[in-house]
Amino acid sequence: MTYFIDRRANAKHKSAVNRQRFLQRYRSHIKRSVEEAVNRRSITDMERGEKVSIPSKDISEPVFQHGPGGSRTIVSPGNKEFVEGDRLRRPGGAGEGGAGEGSASNQGEGMDEFAFSLSREEFLDFVFDGLALPHLERKQLRDLDEVRPVRAGVTRDGVPSRINIVRSMREAQARRIGMRAPIKRALREAEEALQEEERKDPVLRNPTRIHELKAEIERLEKRLEAVPFIDTYDLRYNNLVDQPQPSNKAVMFCVMDVSGSMTQGHKDIAKRFFLLLYLFLERNYEKVELVFIRHHTAAKEVDEEEFFYSRETGGTIVSSALTLVDEIITKRYSPAQWNLYVAQASDGDNWDDDSTTCRDLLMSSLMAKLQYYTYVEITPHSHQALWEEYERVQARHPERFAMQQIVEPGDIYPVFRKLFRKRIAQ
Amino acid sequence: MSTVSTPIATGSDWNFEILTAYEREIARFAKEYRLDTYPNQIEIITSEQMMDAYASVGMPVGYHHWSFGKQFLSVEQAYRRGQMGLAYELVINSDPCIAYLMEENTLMMQILVMAHACYGHNSFFKGNYLFRAWTDASAIVDYLVFARKYIAECEQRHGVTAVEQLLDACHALQNYGVDRYKRPSPISSEEEARRQQEREAYLQAQVNALWRTIPGKAPRDESQAFVEDGDDPLGLHQYGHYPPEPQENLLYFLEKNAPLLESWQREIVRIVRKLAQYFYPQRQTQVMNEGWATFWHYTLMNRLYDEGLIDEGTILEFLHSHTAVVQQPGFDSPHFNGINPYALGFAMFSDIRRICEAPDEEDREWFPEIAGSDWLETVHFAMRNFKDESFIQQFLSPKVIRDLKLFSLDDDDRDEMLTISAIHDERGYQRVREALSTQYALSLREPNIQVWEADIRGDRSLTLRHVQDARRPLGKTLYPVLRHLHQLWGFAVKLESVEDDEVVRRYQWPLPGDARDSG
Repeated sequence: MTYFIDRRANAKHKSAVNRQRFLQRYRSHIKRSVEEAVNRRSITDMERGEKVSIPSKDISEPVFQHGPGGSRTIVSPGNKEFVEGDRLRRPGGAGEGGAGEGSASNQGEGMDEFAFSLSREEFLDFVFDGLALPHLERKQLRDLDEVRPVRAGVTRDGVPSRINIVRSMREAQARRIGMRAPIKRALREAEEALQEEERKDPVLRNPTRIHELKAEIERLEKRLEAVPFIDTYDLRYNNLVDQPQPSNKAVMFCVMDVSGSMTQGHKDIAKRFFLLLYLFLERNYEKVELVFIRHHTAAKEVDEEEFFYSRETGGTIVSSALTLVDEIITKRYSPAQWNLYVAQASDGDNWDDDSTTCRDLLMSSLMAKLQYYTYVEITPHSHQALWEEYERVQARHPERFAMQQIVEPGDIYPVFRKLFRKRIAQ
Repeated sequence: MSTVSTPIATGSDWNFEILTAYEREIARFAKEYRLDTYPNQIEIITSEQMMDAYASVGMPVGYHHWSFGKQFLSVEQAYRRGQMGLAYELVINSDPCIAYLMEENTLMMQILVMAHACYGHNSFFKGNYLFRAWTDASAIVDYLVFARKYIAECEQRHGVTAVEQLLDACHALQNYGVDRYKRPSPISSEEEARRQQEREAYLQAQVNALWRTIPGKAPRDESQAFVEDGDDPLGLHQYGHYPPEPQENLLYFLEKNAPLLESWQREIVRIVRKLAQYFYPQRQTQVMNEGWATFWHYTLMNRLYDEGLIDEGTILEFLHSHTAVVQQPGFDSPHFNGINPYALGFAMFSDIRRICEAPDEEDREWFPEIAGSDWLETVHFAMRNFKDESFIQQFLSPKVIRDLKLFSLDDDDRDEMLTISAIHDERGYQRVREALSTQYALSLREPNIQVWEADIRGDRSLTLRHVQDARRPLGKTLYPVLRHLHQLWGFAVKLESVEDDEVVRRYQWPLPGDARDSG
């Protein structure tokens, strides 16, 4: 007796729970691997999973085993030249390995590292584990034009594609019952009258009356048939209404100094930082738009390619970029609808008197509109005027303004984590 | 003798009608060969589902544990990298016997798997004495469902971490959760569920009695004479050993005697123990089981070809695949990974048939009782009544030793050099056979460790004894295992290695330095 069962349509990933348990258990190991990977990876390389290795000894499942030593006899296949009594040097020193070891250990313990792959999602989960976007408030409802259609009962008119069949048929049935009931009643009365008439003695019958009744019955039956099965009047449509939605989109302004003092190395660091921020925002918002602004003495909105790779020379005026950000916000991204983030990278150079302008600009106008402002200074040197002025901004807006210094690529991820670590709710 | 018919199908595509037709033919031949099987339940699955099935170590329903996740990840990794093709079949010792076929397989593969799993392994599960004695194929799936549900409930009630740690500890000891010598009572899920409540109460009462703080009138072994002892004039410590006999089933002992386990914890120990029991025969019959299945897929496929039911292309594809399966790389090959159970088992069963059908002088001398006998009768006899150890002892022929060029090597740590003790020659056959049989003896592959004493009137420590053989010490995994054992027992755990009635090494957990109060 044999049955064939096609299970292909059944759920796969039966082991998903076990897989998650494993990842959970070795969280700290995996996190370490992920951190290394983030620093090692090339800039554009965040969009895939990661291979993670854990030392085998840390995840072994111990059982009682024989250790090396003592005396034993091992049978192996494939003898070529040995004859009985041959004496051989022990291979590989420690009496382990070599001939026969494979049959002694069936645990596959040969590997020192247990390697496996994380999916992209799992990888990013670990990258951003424990981080939170500060002030991720949904924008207030009253400010919003953003709408989303939601179901709201049924209506009498609509487009054919939204017909609610069950409701329509129910209406039709009710109408049919309602319309046919009086006709049926009249029909029954007429039929009874006719029968009564016919039961009478043939002499007493009234032929005119019979004739009338028959005509009446025929007329009623016709009317009964004429009641339509379904009428336009019965149709019901699923109704959708537009409901205002809290905004779930964000804009990220990437602001970078491209003056002569910024080397390609600086820009790479900045790019990695921006990328991390972008991925992070992408996980929190349905839609993230990017605006690239580079500046030296004047600021310009550019595309990504130009942003990272074109070279400029000259001095630095940071306030030009901030002004441009402000203008773009006013023109295109109303703070009522958009969550606004600014990430600025620079080597700290600025015209001396411009730094105060930047501070004023931020405090008077920009900060009120932004969710979060992050500033990273990529320099091994001591801070200059810009940093000092920004420190004052931070003092005023400790919740929305963050700044950190990056010296080398290895700092990027730790600095990023510092900027976005989960704060205990106050 | 046979009428040659046209092939049922050609090419590599298959569908259910074709599979059903082939299955019917295979079943017909299998009946001729007297292969007695459980009903087959053949399930077609995708490769992802196959990976899932793999990860649960051949249990169709498994409880959740991270180690299965680890298994899954390593299978997935190897498969993705192309280091490993998924085995083309997975078969479960259950009634009906569940066999998985991967949808990616070619038609030839599907036929091969049906012959191999549904008639080879299946008849082995039903016929071999170990499986008959140790497993109850009709109850296993129900029991697994019960186990999964019970463990999930425990996770809800006591937290995932608590259950996970308990399972870790049990898994470390699961090879010692088996009664090797007495037949276990069969497992049945209804029974389990019905008796489980009763058992909880009863067990706890028993343990309580054993561990009563005030001993009261504990029954003293009458046969034991009172020995005068100046330090113990009242004879308070003269109650003899508990347990009176060494216990080989560590998990059983813990389930019944560990003083501090809660009843749900005892139940989980029991579940792990029962599953270890279920897999115990498989661990002892690897060569035979695979050899038997391979022998029959080879025989059945050739039969299909002889009858004209498969075409030349299919049989060539089959031979290609079969050759890869039974390949045995030499010990010095980079591909060497121990003795291939498929190769050894197939060679031995094929050779038994040869000895029966066309014996030569050597065979008559070595196998007087089977040379020239009915081959079908003989292979069935071999399949039914042996395990790897005894099967090799009984049936490994000089020809197989010669073909595989087996040799034995003595490795003694007191000797600087290794010695070739026997090769495939007249003087060596017997010794190679002896040595290979020993190599497959589970009792020698795994260290022999038993419960020696539980100090129920003293510090409550538990002492295990390792009977050491040929000075082979325990590996360094021993401390992590002792730690797990300590978690289950709740008090200090000691282990003594004994060779020739002499204690050669002592281990304990917690380590002597750890001044943790254990009482």
